Amino acid sequence: MSTGGRGDVRLLRASNALGRFLVVILLTYLGLLAVTFFIGRVIPIDPVLAIVGDRAPEHVIARVREELGLNKPLWEQFYIYVSKVLQGDFGRSVLTSNPVMQDIRRTFPATLELATLGIIIGAGIGVPLGVWAAVRRGRLVDQIIRIVGLVGYSVPIFWLGLMALVVFYARLGWVGGPGRIDVVYEYTLVPVTGLLLLDTARAGEWEAFANALSHLILPASLLGYFALAYISRMTRSFMLNELAQEYVVAARAKGLSESRIIWRHALRNAMVPLVTVIALSYAGLLEGSVLTETVFSWPGLGLYITNSLQNADMNAVLGGTIIVGSIFIGLNLLSDLLYTLLDPRTRTR
Amino acid sequence: MTANATRNGAVPGETLRDWLISDRPRSRRQASVGRAYRAWRGFSSNRLAMLGLVIVVGLVLVAIFANLLSPYSPYIGDLRTTRLLPPSPAHWFGTDDQGRDILSRIIQGSRITLFVVVLVAILAAPIGLAVGTVAGYSGGLIDAALMRITDIFLAFPRLILALAFVAALGPGIENAVLAIAITSWPPYARIARAETLTIRQTDYIAAVQLIGASPWRIVLRHIMPLCVASVIVRVTLDMAGIILTAAGLGFLGLGAQPPMPEWGAMIANGRLYVLDQWWVAAAPGAAIFVVSLAFNLLGDGLRDALDPRAAK
Repeated sequence: MSTGGRGDVRLLRASNALGRFLVVILLTYLGLLAVTFFIGRVIPIDPVLAIVGDRAPEHVIARVREELGLNKPLWEQFYIYVSKVLQGDFGRSVLTSNPVMQDIRRTFPATLELATLGIIIGAGIGVPLGVWAAVRRGRLVDQIIRIVGLVGYSVPIFWLGLMALVVFYARLGWVGGPGRIDVVYEYTLVPVTGLLLLDTARAGEWEAFANALSHLILPASLLGYFALAYISRMTRSFMLNELAQEYVVAARAKGLSESRIIWRHALRNAMVPLVTVIALSYAGLLEGSVLTETVFSWPGLGLYITNSLQNADMNAVLGGTIIVGSIFIGLNLLSDLLYTLLDPRTRTR
Repeated sequence: MTANATRNGAVPGETLRDWLISDRPRSRRQASVGRAYRAWRGFSSNRLAMLGLVIVVGLVLVAIFANLLSPYSPYIGDLRTTRLLPPSPAHWFGTDDQGRDILSRIIQGSRITLFVVVLVAILAAPIGLAVGTVAGYSGGLIDAALMRITDIFLAFPRLILALAFVAALGPGIENAVLAIAITSWPPYARIARAETLTIRQTDYIAAVQLIGASPWRIVLRHIMPLCVASVIVRVTLDMAGIILTAAGLGFLGLGAQPPMPEWGAMIANGRLYVLDQWWVAAAPGAAIFVVSLAFNLLGDGLRDALDPRAAK
């Protein structure tokens, strides 16, 4: 009976948290749409003038204004805008003359591939470094890892990318240059997932796979370093927190080996907040790839957005902003939710 | 400060240091100066933080005396004789494609960097401070509404949003500053609100309320000043991010416009020649790196010195 009651309370709490989460997510997305609507409709030059030019007669201007729905009240325009965006209709790109959504679908896999490998590198190296720094707190290793992190926080990523290209591509020839893959392979491949590593591996084209990897490794390492700086710092502070707990003392008294205490006990508890940190870094990388993609001519969403920016292609810019923003917000809020679900302490409170 | 000591009735035989670290300050002045001194002691024992401070002070000095320090004109070069020269004793950092001395341009560019950082801080910090203190002091519906807005802005991708803002407003350094400021106030609001919530409970606020001070007066005169310290620490920690975002916008051609010697825009220019004339892009990037590293070190040191809880 009592266990059933506790289960009910727990279920109620979970559904409460979920309800609040849904409200927050709805409000935040509405906020994102409101901001992009505001940017697209209210600030810039008159969209009617952009279409008909400033010499058009009065009645043409009035007709186009009506066609664009600009004579309707602002809230109605916003409503139309939201319903269009929800259907995936961002309008047409002036630059490519494709629907923006189609362009985004084409460019997004490149960004996804880059950011995913980046976060794998960042978390794969950042977490062990953070653990090491915490265990050797105050020693030389800790200082060095701190400096490595600080440099990652402070260096302009686009500059580091340029310098890395000069050194590793132009001088040493260790990696492939800008772009995703050499032109030789570009048209022999049928895109299935759009992720080149997966596509080439599926087709068994190992030469192309190696080539794609050689192009990917440098920008992904840079993004990974960016993530590593944050992840290692947070890992260190979470681990210090755990290592000061009483259960660590108890484990030591029990005679467990130090490595078992660190990796099996302390890190497992630190993992809960770490998951949220890694999710946040992943969101940051998706956004941070804008600059990296520009440097490496990486044909992803970031490059698409900056190219559109330079051509004042507002539909494309706002469409890209909404997509990146949505993913960013989604990961952001998901990490909040994960935290409450994974950490038993937040449940009992 | 010795003058202060005598004015505040110093005990004979008391040194300045004793006066400063006294447990029983005899005046408000002595208490606040003493606290500042103790914070400074903690701060100055942190070598990395001192390094950061030295670099930031250096940046300010370079920006002030930019015209005296730059050996050549940052805007006009000699296309015939000094185009794309490698670093040499005559041109320490080499010259760019217009024959301009890169060192001179970096020195002049320090003014733009400082301008951006100071302006963003002046714009964003007060917004965050106002939103946070008002939300924290009013509580209830106002608090919920303001914090919801803050959370929404906090969940936004900052760089992309700044890009979209600048795209709409048109490129330029002022619009870049505005776009960064619009996207960077939410953390300050969060901090100010958290501080306000603890301050609100204190006896002296209750006393001020009993005297009959209006809510506005309480927030403006009694709560905000106490939140300033932690907001300043956070602003210093954010400075590096602001510099990097501004440089990123400049790199994309959305920030400062040519021929302004903005560091990010200089890298974008150097990118065209990077494979053969690497120094054109290398020097401004190194400048950005050094300055934002300095702000990070300074911010870390300030936080450790002013907030013992975070000093772990």
